[in-house]
Amino acid sequence: MGRNSIFIHIVRFVLLVLVQVLVFNQLNFLGFVNPMVYILFFFWFPIKENRMLFIGIGFFLGLVVDLFSDTLALHAAASVTIAYLRPAMMRFVFGVNYEFQSFRLSNTTRVQQFTFLALLILVHHVVFYSLEIFSLSNLLLLLKKVLFNVLGSIVLCTLLSSLFSPEKE
Amino acid sequence: MQQIINFLIRNKTTLLYLLLLFISLLLTIQSHSFHQSKFFNSANRVSGNIFQTASNISSYFSLRAENKSLREDIEKLRNQLFNLTYLDSLEMDTTNLQYRISVGRVIKNSYSNQKNYLTINLGSKQGIVQDMGVITAKGILGIVEASSNNYAIVQSILNTNSNINAKIKNTSYFGSLTWDGNDFTTVQLEDIPRLVPLMVGDTIVTGAMSSIFPENIPIGVIKKFDLNTSQSFYSIDVALFNDMTNIRNVYLIENLDRAEILELQNSIEDGQE
Repeated sequence: MGRNSIFIHIVRFVLLVLVQVLVFNQLNFLGFVNPMVYILFFFWFPIKENRMLFIGIGFFLGLVVDLFSDTLALHAAASVTIAYLRPAMMRFVFGVNYEFQSFRLSNTTRVQQFTFLALLILVHHVVFYSLEIFSLSNLLLLLKKVLFNVLGSIVLCTLLSSLFSPEKE
Repeated sequence: MQQIINFLIRNKTTLLYLLLLFISLLLTIQSHSFHQSKFFNSANRVSGNIFQTASNISSYFSLRAENKSLREDIEKLRNQLFNLTYLDSLEMDTTNLQYRISVGRVIKNSYSNQKNYLTINLGSKQGIVQDMGVITAKGILGIVEASSNNYAIVQSILNTNSNINAKIKNTSYFGSLTWDGNDFTTVQLEDIPRLVPLMVGDTIVTGAMSSIFPENIPIGVIKKFDLNTSQSFYSIDVALFNDMTNIRNVYLIENLDRAEILELQNSIEDGQE
């Protein structure tokens, strides 16, 4: 990772956190739908990087979002989980050829990219809301929150990722 | 030994993941330590300043509405003031007051989570400490949970940990006000005994049992009530007076007698043991 791309990742990190806490955490569409757009960081992060570094950064990103939203460490737990599971998800979505040197996210089909993003969001939200609600007696509330927030996050992340696609230059 | 080290090296990512997950679960589950950590909430300097700046900008767009609501508030208070039967200056002297009020502004609101916290722009420099009551002109809002130098975190009544003494207006039947996490317009009042006559539309106010809030601060009206599973107490749904989605100006109440009350209660508890 060159110096230039480290800089890009830092800027992306800061901007995603700011957009998340200042805009999307205040959205409260229907009273409870707050799309989590910072998941895009996990979508855009380079594939070839060190996994331990990636998990560490994921934990830190979640913790920063937690600091701003007073959610203790819920975002951190969900983020570190998707950071850890990302290679498995990529193998599931893209098949074995994602391990080749020439593999790039921009070379894959739209459907594959969308599936990958949706999978990240789904796992993140299931972990996040199960920890937040943390009781089986509220299962219906849990399902409602997961379903609507997954839909909201997918819509906004897809829009943002097609606006700011990083590998198209 | 060699095998253990090999195992560690082979599974280092998994172990790192489990370690970080464990840390975050620990932080999450031990939520009672929340107020002990000075840094780990949005009252810290960095996030406080960012929210303050954002709030300074966005508050320009609601100045007219805010002005109007403050004028209505002043009108109500003036009405009460001039209709007081006594206006003895001795009685109104500040040394006789039991409560001290500060006015603050909400810079971060939240109502969609299970444990909602608000951030306000007053902190320990302005004399804000833990366990001060927070209200708006319409009704109760929450309790100060932690404060940094310039900002404070308020535990909203829309927090599953919240537990506030409340009663039915003009009676002495009291219960505890909690939230089930479902609907941000409704909170629950528990422990009102079955013999109490209730009507939908009765007003719920804060009770006298709390050393945080003064008595008779409005909370909401009864929306519906049922007997709970044991058939001896009611569980009551209370529709809040406050619109929790739109809160700007708040009043912080400091009970100047609180230290004395707590000391007295502690001395009795110590004596009983």
